[in-house]
Amino acid sequence: MSLSNPNSHTQTAPNDRNGVTQSAPVSSFQSLLSAEVIAPVVVGIVMLVIWEVGVRVTNTPPYLLPGPILVVQTLIRDWGELFPSLIITLQITIVAFMAAVVSGLLIAILFTQSKWIERSFFPYAVILQTTPIVAIAPLIILWTRQVISGESSTFVSLVICAWIVAFFPILSNTTLGLNSADHNLINLFQLYKASRWQTLLYLRLPSAMPYFLGGLRISGGLALIGAVVAEFVAGTGGTRSGLAYQILISSFNLQIPRMFAALLLTTVLGIIIFVILTLLSDFLLRNWHESAIKREN
Amino acid sequence: MTFTPAITLSDVSKIYSNGTVALKDLNLTVGEGQLVSLLGPSGCGKSTVLRMIAGLGKMTSGSIYWGNGHDQRKLAFVFQEAALMPWATVQENVYLPLKLAGITKRAAASSVAEAIELVDLQGSERCYPRELSGGMKMRVSIARALVTHPEVLLMDEPFGALDEMTRSRLNSDLLDLWNRMHWTIAFVTHNIYEAVYLSNRVVVMAARPGRVIADVVIEAPYPRTEEFRTSPLYNEYCRQISMALSHAASPQAPSLTPSEESADLFDSVA
Repeated sequence: MSLSNPNSHTQTAPNDRNGVTQSAPVSSFQSLLSAEVIAPVVVGIVMLVIWEVGVRVTNTPPYLLPGPILVVQTLIRDWGELFPSLIITLQITIVAFMAAVVSGLLIAILFTQSKWIERSFFPYAVILQTTPIVAIAPLIILWTRQVISGESSTFVSLVICAWIVAFFPILSNTTLGLNSADHNLINLFQLYKASRWQTLLYLRLPSAMPYFLGGLRISGGLALIGAVVAEFVAGTGGTRSGLAYQILISSFNLQIPRMFAALLLTTVLGIIIFVILTLLSDFLLRNWHESAIKREN
Repeated sequence: MTFTPAITLSDVSKIYSNGTVALKDLNLTVGEGQLVSLLGPSGCGKSTVLRMIAGLGKMTSGSIYWGNGHDQRKLAFVFQEAALMPWATVQENVYLPLKLAGITKRAAASSVAEAIELVDLQGSERCYPRELSGGMKMRVSIARALVTHPEVLLMDEPFGALDEMTRSRLNSDLLDLWNRMHWTIAFVTHNIYEAVYLSNRVVVMAARPGRVIADVVIEAPYPRTEEFRTSPLYNEYCRQISMALSHAASPQAPSLTPSEESADLFDSVA
């Protein structure tokens, strides 16, 4: 860790005669005091203070730019309406993300089983990725309504939109990862007459793991963005409306502090998704991959 | 030198799809229980020979015969890089060939432990490859080859990336193992000293096209001690092989038949 504080004891120490190294225990209190945590927190606080003071000094009306204190007050006051919306957006994001993970992984596996399948279908996956979701969301909403009626129709169409956005990074990263297995190991598997299934399970999938997890991190954020964008297009209210609808309706009504509060929730949600996926990635790769290993100097 | 052939390559040629002639009409016999080194400059096709023997990739022409009930199932390959799975522990890496053969972890446990003990890695079973030094990784790679109890061992510059001290240590450990296990070994290297120290025979190859230019029998008894490395006989073999190599490197060099060349070299030693 290049930025680690000399007091934080994050280095690993050489251990026994075999040259094996193990991480020294790090107390959570010490890690909270490290420069990596303090620096961005300080920057954040300074920015918020400048913002609040600026708004007060210039007497900017809240419908143009509310100060951070007002935003937090609004968030607390409107929590009863904003929280259910947060849950709806979260549901859409999670369902779309799960669908993206499963479909991305399965299609990537299918692609690596035959070069011809990959060659035939990959361009269409790219097309799906490059088409702006805003442009096709109305179509998806319209078609979904033909198939499914009632309240769940919107939910399903939003999930489909978010899935389209989230799916590609997983597909392309996993495909790359599955094809990146060490050639000597591929030869070794061939030498020991490994079946296609064994090669996939014991060699290709573990090799693809870091790539897949990288795709996961990108995809998690994109699923949220997809869900929000699609809801903007759908613009429907009712009992099952998400954060995007709250942002939209607040801006119509010039409830700018409330709009900021909803925006804040969306951002926090995005950060939480990213942090969880990063922790998952570090946990799964902790023993072997460079990305998850602390540098020993 | 008389021996029972374990592997015989007859007129083997390999031309890659880009037109490169890797091997041209190569004839080579590796005797039962022999340790034969294939020595030559890069691009002479010595690694290709091993791949052909292992059945990794097709020959353009020629054939390979297995003597005395041997076949490809009884062979193991050690690559230049240790080629370990970074996500698996030493134990899991060594277990791999047995796992692929459908043997359960429990049933394989004693074989795995034995292989790890043979390469002197007890205590590191639960380490991950990144925690090991280059020499230790190579030991794991060798343990993985041993675990299936192979009869034939193909080694492709296994110690090429290691430092000199580690290399000579692994050289003598390999000889020690070979003495106990009676494998047939084909050992690819570009290091003359290593080839002479280890082998019964050193097969010298030249590039473009890949072919055998000399077949030198190293008539020194085993076990070979560290003193052998400084003996006049050792130096004489090194000098001759070195000359054969530089001879091959000059563009007009005629392709001598193996018997002629080895007879020449042998005469001058005697």
